[in-house]
Amino acid sequence: MSLNKDKVSEIASLAMLSLTDEQLKSNTKELNKIFDLFTELSQLNVDDVSPMTHPININQRLLEDKVVDKDKSKEFQAIAPKTKDRYYLVPKVIE
Amino acid sequence: MQNTIKSLANGLKNKEFSSVELTTDYLNFINKSDLNAFITITDELAISQAKAADQNIANNSFNILTGMPYAHKDIFCTKGVKTSAGSKMLDNFISPYNATVSDKLDNSGAVMLGKTNLDEFAMGSSNENSYYGAVKNPWNLNKTPGGSSGGSAAAVAGELSVFATGTDTGGSIRQPSSLCGITGIKPTYGLVSRYGMIAYASSFDQAGVMTKTAEDSAILLNLIAGFDEKDSTSVNRNNEDYLKTINDSIQGLTIGLPKEFFSDGLDDKVANKIMLAVKEFESMGLKVKDISLPHSNYAIPSYYIIASCECSSNLLRLDGVRYGHRCQDPKDLQDLYLRSRSEGFGDEVKRRIMVGTYALSAGYYDAYYLKAQKARRLISDDFQKAFQSVDVIMGPVSPTTAFDLASIHDSASMYLSDIYTLSVNLAGLPAMSVPAGFSQNLPVGLQLIGNHWSEAKLLNIAHKFQEQTNFHNQTPAKI
Amino acid sequence: MKWETIIGLEIHAQLNTKAKIFSSAATKFGEKPNSQACEVDIGFPGVLPVLNKQAVIKALKFGLAIEAKINKFNIFDRKNYFYPDLPKGYQISQLNFPIVSAGKIKIKVDDTTKIIGITRAHLEEDAGKLVHDMFNDYTAVDLNRAGTPLLEIVSEPDIRNAKEAVEYAKKIHSLVQYINICDGNMAEGSFRCDANVSIRIKGTNKFGTRTEIKNINSFKFLEKAIDFEVERQKCILEDGKKVVQETRLYDQVKNQTNSMRLKEEANDYRYFPDPDLLPVEISDSLLEQAKADLPELPEQKKIRFIKEIGLSEYDAEILTSQKSLADYFEALITNHKENPKLCVNWIIGELLYYLNKEQIEINQSPISAQDLSILIARIVDQTISGKIAKDVFKEMWLNKGSADEIIAIKGLKQITNENEINNIVDEIIANNPSQFDQLKSGNEKIIGFFVGQVMKATKGKANPKKVNQILREKLDLSKQ
Repeated sequence: MSLNKDKVSEIASLAMLSLTDEQLKSNTKELNKIFDLFTELSQLNVDDVSPMTHPININQRLLEDKVVDKDKSKEFQAIAPKTKDRYYLVPKVIE
Repeated sequence: MQNTIKSLANGLKNKEFSSVELTTDYLNFINKSDLNAFITITDELAISQAKAADQNIANNSFNILTGMPYAHKDIFCTKGVKTSAGSKMLDNFISPYNATVSDKLDNSGAVMLGKTNLDEFAMGSSNENSYYGAVKNPWNLNKTPGGSSGGSAAAVAGELSVFATGTDTGGSIRQPSSLCGITGIKPTYGLVSRYGMIAYASSFDQAGVMTKTAEDSAILLNLIAGFDEKDSTSVNRNNEDYLKTINDSIQGLTIGLPKEFFSDGLDDKVANKIMLAVKEFESMGLKVKDISLPHSNYAIPSYYIIASCECSSNLLRLDGVRYGHRCQDPKDLQDLYLRSRSEGFGDEVKRRIMVGTYALSAGYYDAYYLKAQKARRLISDDFQKAFQSVDVIMGPVSPTTAFDLASIHDSASMYLSDIYTLSVNLAGLPAMSVPAGFSQNLPVGLQLIGNHWSEAKLLNIAHKFQEQTNFHNQTPAKI
Repeated sequence: MKWETIIGLEIHAQLNTKAKIFSSAATKFGEKPNSQACEVDIGFPGVLPVLNKQAVIKALKFGLAIEAKINKFNIFDRKNYFYPDLPKGYQISQLNFPIVSAGKIKIKVDDTTKIIGITRAHLEEDAGKLVHDMFNDYTAVDLNRAGTPLLEIVSEPDIRNAKEAVEYAKKIHSLVQYINICDGNMAEGSFRCDANVSIRIKGTNKFGTRTEIKNINSFKFLEKAIDFEVERQKCILEDGKKVVQETRLYDQVKNQTNSMRLKEEANDYRYFPDPDLLPVEISDSLLEQAKADLPELPEQKKIRFIKEIGLSEYDAEILTSQKSLADYFEALITNHKENPKLCVNWIIGELLYYLNKEQIEINQSPISAQDLSILIARIVDQTISGKIAKDVFKEMWLNKGSADEIIAIKGLKQITNENEINNIVDEIIANNPSQFDQLKSGNEKIIGFFVGQVMKATKGKANPKKVNQILREKLDLSKQ
């Protein structure tokens, strides 16, 4: 498994992370080392094994359709970076 | 003698001292300490909680935890109190709501001294990945306390609090407990609510406690365990009393020793302490059996792939829009996201996000994520098979004792130190670390692993061991 | 070259649960910004989703109504991407194991019936709303809508032209309201259609490159958008060029589709099963609950109206097109079982006319089924004539009172009293001797004149049958 700098740069973009040249270099090295730890997995034969998403064997509980009516927007927006007139603000998005 | 919940509760009950006095003492210790175990010290809150506790004790309406000072890992949301997850991203985050575990502690009358330091977003094994600096091991200030619950472990071992909360995703309660010589328990996945616990890897994360004794752990597990309807992964089952059977005889139980846990990477002296502990159990009448967990060597890839995938998604919500760090003067949406996230996250977190993003990306899902989930099934099945012939599995927690600060320089090498703890989280099993000796004046922890929902038995075994040994009573000199 | 159009529709129907799909905040439309976004909806660190039972039941109801395969176990997946209306940075949706699989629905275009396959329907959460024109330098984010349950309904590419597409969309639109899972309010965004359009040479098997058209908010625009897109693709292909696979937005002002900025194209959604949610098992009892909640479906109702009540296909079709209309009709005929046709005529002839004129729905009608029932009773018991009843209806519509009150106030009661009519007829005859002579001498048509005069004198209240009868008696008498 060999990840080159371009691939790492691509991954970073997908994850909305920007890396300096220095960080790109060091992370390329580190990520390759990490993925080397994973190569053993490729030798494992798991054709008829079912994947395990949860370590417990229960099904999803269903909640009754009830409204818990509490407008906490004031509290929530008190810690928000930028709000106005009850809205959260982000730089103008062009659609 | 140790300051345990049990002993201090008696003191409070008998009015030997007040909670305010006790709390003030601990706050003084914390202020003088340079372990860097705390991110936020909630002194005003603590005193007011202590005052209320003293009132309740005076009015004779109290329980064993009333007025008991504790340290809360800064990954649990605490309403009105800064909750940073050890990250610059949440340095300004005053949580507007309380985690379920936080609620339970508040309602018990215990006193919160502060929020403890941790590896950022619970990702790490040495508490060197925190925005707030590394934590020092109370046994040796040049060593790490382990991670990610390093601050909590240091607080308990360094006598800065009576007990602490922790979380364990791949060993983050057990490993620091082992390296700091305290007792830690990670419950079965689904026993304790995850609501309000900032998520790292959702199918592994579990809240637990770190204490001086198994008995204290049992007292706390009675408080925090239990069904929470706000958490879909919380299991609805009859509540247990973990103290009820703690004194039961453990004679005749069978211990399984996985040969894979005594591999090359294990330090000789640590191995030696573990074997001595096992001998101690044999002298108590337990049987020992060699077992195999054949897929153990897939634990590291399986865990790190799945955990990275889950965390890469869990951390997408940190985007500078509704809370947390936002970069200055973003010029457009893309800039807002890129800079806020790049400024807010530390290196290790960014790395794991990238690992997870790559492993889930188009074309790689089958080779990594899907395969890792299948390996998870095999690892879990290994344990189930083993538990058919043994009652408890024992082994080391960490391949070494506490290692030097700034000694492990790359992520991959750090991951290798989790080798004995990861498979437990993959299988969702309960496990403990119990003080089992010292090597060159540094603590060695013994790992106990049980089948699902066997916490009571594990605590029982640990308690019996602590009746026979004195390791858990040792303390480093007060710093 | 003969072109064939292939269309598939993706419909997002907002389920009308009280609370959101994964939290207990309310789902009402039009509330103050961010007043219905709880901590789970805002996506604070540490919050967790729990599944709303009614969202599941409503999805099951839809599955049953389209005779679909219900998947006993279904899984929620995370669809990961960045956008300000998506608080968690991922949308909880269903990818490989949706709650409902293959189903079908019948549509009628002109006189042809066609079956359109439905590939799947799955549950997911809606995103919040962005407002771009409120502030100069910023886009405003309102998360009230975030977490509202959606049922995404995907059709097979069985649709062959814009008209079929509209009929299909209308059928689904009517069905989701019928079974009470969605209010169908397109203006409020509770029912959204996207169209996937491609063309190929007739007779070939391979599908052409398709484009997805979004931002269609009425059936009229659905038809126009598809027609435009088909033409656009024809031009491209006939020029020898290739159609680009992309998402296009419909511009209803210019009636054209425009390429969307590649926001979604660049995305790799990195779907994986949501670890915070467990597999959803559809137990027999849950399915039974959904079945019990289903009303009689339009097809069955129509057949019952035809067979048991004796309506024509045409009348039954109209009355069962809307559940509220069918309910109104059934309430109306409770007391008029012997006069179903009369009831039908009053609904289709009068009521619908008034409703359409004022552009209101039947549940906003000022005349309830009970009110109309009484009016019809007065026709049946001959208190008033059918013609007078129309005037009464007009007054009732303007809230001037009940049928009986209006009849009394305006003195509209039909005159059936023989003596009264007798006197009036005598008076008319006395005032019109020459006409009566014509009548006597055999001019039958003059009867109409006399009936008309009597009706005029009684302001239409005289019972025409009785008038005729008395006139004839007087005629016979005079001949003696």
